[in-house]
Amino acid sequence: MAQQARFHHQPVPFWRDVRVLAIFTQILFLLVVILVAGLLYANMTHALAQRGLSLGFGFLKLEAGFEIGEGIRYSPSDTYGRAFLVGVVNTLLVSGLGILFATILGVIVGVARLSNNWLLTRIVGAYIELIRNTPLLVQLVFWYFAVILQLPPVRQSLELPGNIYIHQRGVTMPWLIPSPTFKLWLLTLAAGIILGILAWRVLIQYQLRTGRTTYPITVGLIVFIVLPILGWYLPGETPVSWEMPVLQRFNFTGGRTLTPEFTALLVGLVVYTGAFIAEIVRAGIQAVPRGQLEAARALGLSNAQMLRLVIFPQALRIIIPPLTSQYLNLAKNSSLAIAVGYPDLFAVGGTIANQTGQPVPVIIMIMSSYLSISLLTALFMNWYNRRVQFVVR
Amino acid sequence: MATDSEVMRPPITSLGVIGWLRQNLFSSWYNTLLTFFSAWLLYVILTNFLHWALTVARWDVVTANLRLFMVGQYPPDQVWRVQLLVTLIALLFGLSWGTWKGIIRSISISLATGFGLLGLLPFSLGVRLWLFASLAAVFIGFILGHVLSTRGDLLRRRMARGLLAVWFLLFPLTIVLLRGFQGTPWLPPIGTNLWGGLLLTFLLAVVGILASFPLGVLLALGRRSEMIVIRTFSILFIELVRGVPLVTILFMAQIMLPLFLPPGLRIDRVIRAMVGITLFSAAYMAENVRGGLQSVPEGQVEAARALGLSGPLILLFIVLPQALRAVIPAIVGQFISLFKDTTLVAIIGLMDLLNVGRAVLANPQFLGLHREVYLFIAVIFFIFSYAMSYSSYRLEEALGVGER
Repeated sequence: MAQQARFHHQPVPFWRDVRVLAIFTQILFLLVVILVAGLLYANMTHALAQRGLSLGFGFLKLEAGFEIGEGIRYSPSDTYGRAFLVGVVNTLLVSGLGILFATILGVIVGVARLSNNWLLTRIVGAYIELIRNTPLLVQLVFWYFAVILQLPPVRQSLELPGNIYIHQRGVTMPWLIPSPTFKLWLLTLAAGIILGILAWRVLIQYQLRTGRTTYPITVGLIVFIVLPILGWYLPGETPVSWEMPVLQRFNFTGGRTLTPEFTALLVGLVVYTGAFIAEIVRAGIQAVPRGQLEAARALGLSNAQMLRLVIFPQALRIIIPPLTSQYLNLAKNSSLAIAVGYPDLFAVGGTIANQTGQPVPVIIMIMSSYLSISLLTALFMNWYNRRVQFVVR
Repeated sequence: MATDSEVMRPPITSLGVIGWLRQNLFSSWYNTLLTFFSAWLLYVILTNFLHWALTVARWDVVTANLRLFMVGQYPPDQVWRVQLLVTLIALLFGLSWGTWKGIIRSISISLATGFGLLGLLPFSLGVRLWLFASLAAVFIGFILGHVLSTRGDLLRRRMARGLLAVWFLLFPLTIVLLRGFQGTPWLPPIGTNLWGGLLLTFLLAVVGILASFPLGVLLALGRRSEMIVIRTFSILFIELVRGVPLVTILFMAQIMLPLFLPPGLRIDRVIRAMVGITLFSAAYMAENVRGGLQSVPEGQVEAARALGLSGPLILLFIVLPQALRAVIPAIVGQFISLFKDTTLVAIIGLMDLLNVGRAVLANPQFLGLHREVYLFIAVIFFIFSYAMSYSSYRLEEALGVGER
């Protein structure tokens, strides 16, 4: 008895105590990390000093002196900081538009993949397999060098309906020009959105309380559409007018021309990511249990209602997380812009690093920009994901 | 009960070809419309493409530069090393097919078919002989493996173990064979700067996966560890790497790595790219492995602890084998995407398949043949990626992932 008690109270020697061991391991690990980092840092400062370079960000205030093909207002006499900003905005622009169009393409293709038309599913399947099994970079250079740059010259542009011209120097299309009444119209648009949503919510509440059919969506949509239309026609002058491209001797004037670089990058990213999104959409729709479909049909829902009220909300829950990672991929893949000469954040950063001979700070800036973009996208999508997830009551 | 003669046969329109057509192409008016539209689209694309490919395209740009596309600047009189390597791999595949059967069978057969088809093309006699020798190697290997492994259980087990060892030794052997030695007349050293084309593309992908595997497992374990310092470090590394594009990491490896090293120590560009690819791949590998670790039921660990196994033993013999088995398909998927991603080294100036294409296009003789060159490169990538994703799909079935 006494022996047993002693056995119980015998303390574990500290070198076999898991807690002590854990702390010891962590301290050791931390020391090694600090040591290695310090060594690398010392090597780096030494190497930089040897080449006469510093680590500061002071160069950002110097004059850049190089041209940037496109983007927000910028001239070579602006600073490096401004040049970098141009790159960031260009990356955001192409990523944003890319995400928008890739989602549209992906949803259409994903639904088409599930069509009961044999021929269509085969064509769509071939597109998905072809795109997913070749590298994006090869596709991008193909779009740029083998498709867009080989298009007919400006004078023999291909003409699409709606005054859109496709030629070697990009895509020219009509563009909207705001007139003095534009701001007024924006106000009516905002009012339409707010009042439309308000009407929809109020009517839904009323319908839930009384059980009477009040057509909340129809009424909301009417409010949303009618107000801006009134705002469009009542002031007399239309708020925006189309500016049509006109072919001059050598080039188009008027309208808006997308550069071949931007077009190639956008088309490449959209076609590539669209194929991945299509597979995600297909898998998401297929994952909705058959019973849900049958139950919806048994309740007498129409096909459209079934899709909108039963299948889509459930598929969305499955789709959102992988869709998020595709969005992040698209934003990161936009860094391949350098291969087609679009001045995105990585391309401009590379030029700055070359010109200033300050690779280290520039790399830090590039990486933290991409990290912020990734982080913000992920935060937004996670917030949206939480909203659509099933709430267990 | 109705007898056979009383049961009415379905109308002729829902049977056979007509029935199939009605059901799959013309079931409703919009389906019919869709069918006609798709058929028109297919017709336009195919006729235009075939017209271009057969009459306009100048495929001599591919045939004239085939060696460049395959091995880059590798000295022509030393290309036999690469050929030997390919034949060796063919033999190994044949042996594995004979020993294990199963999924390797379809890989080996498609490999042999590939050699046979390529051998029918009008290459030089030496190349065609080599292709047919590789084709023969697959079948010789198969017969050898089959005969030996059916001679008895013990022999079969030894065979399997030996083959595994050879597969593991293949990678160092490849490096030694390609690199050569100082001072040997028949195996002169060849710098990595001369490795190029498809050879380099494959090497980068294989190194990336092999080197990132242990690193990824460690990071995954670190991320699940209860020790806060190690966990924080792992999470920081993984999320940092996954948050930036590969090309920035390659750029960093090209520029920062030489700065980090002590003065006097130089590493060449290919190795720098390999380091970048490995670090990048390790972060993704870690996430894959973490998925596998999470799929191992807690009861397994508890049972192992009840049996008296220590922490490291539980990890090594209970958790990791189950976790890794579950993520093999994911790792194959990662290998495929890494294989495609290696094209990014073209941006930092390495002579991979894509950059060889750009160099060929800079040759005045082949100016403006972008479509031919890039299509050829795309087709090569497609063949390998598609073959790999197909085998990964078969592997998934064979392993029964998600079933047990």
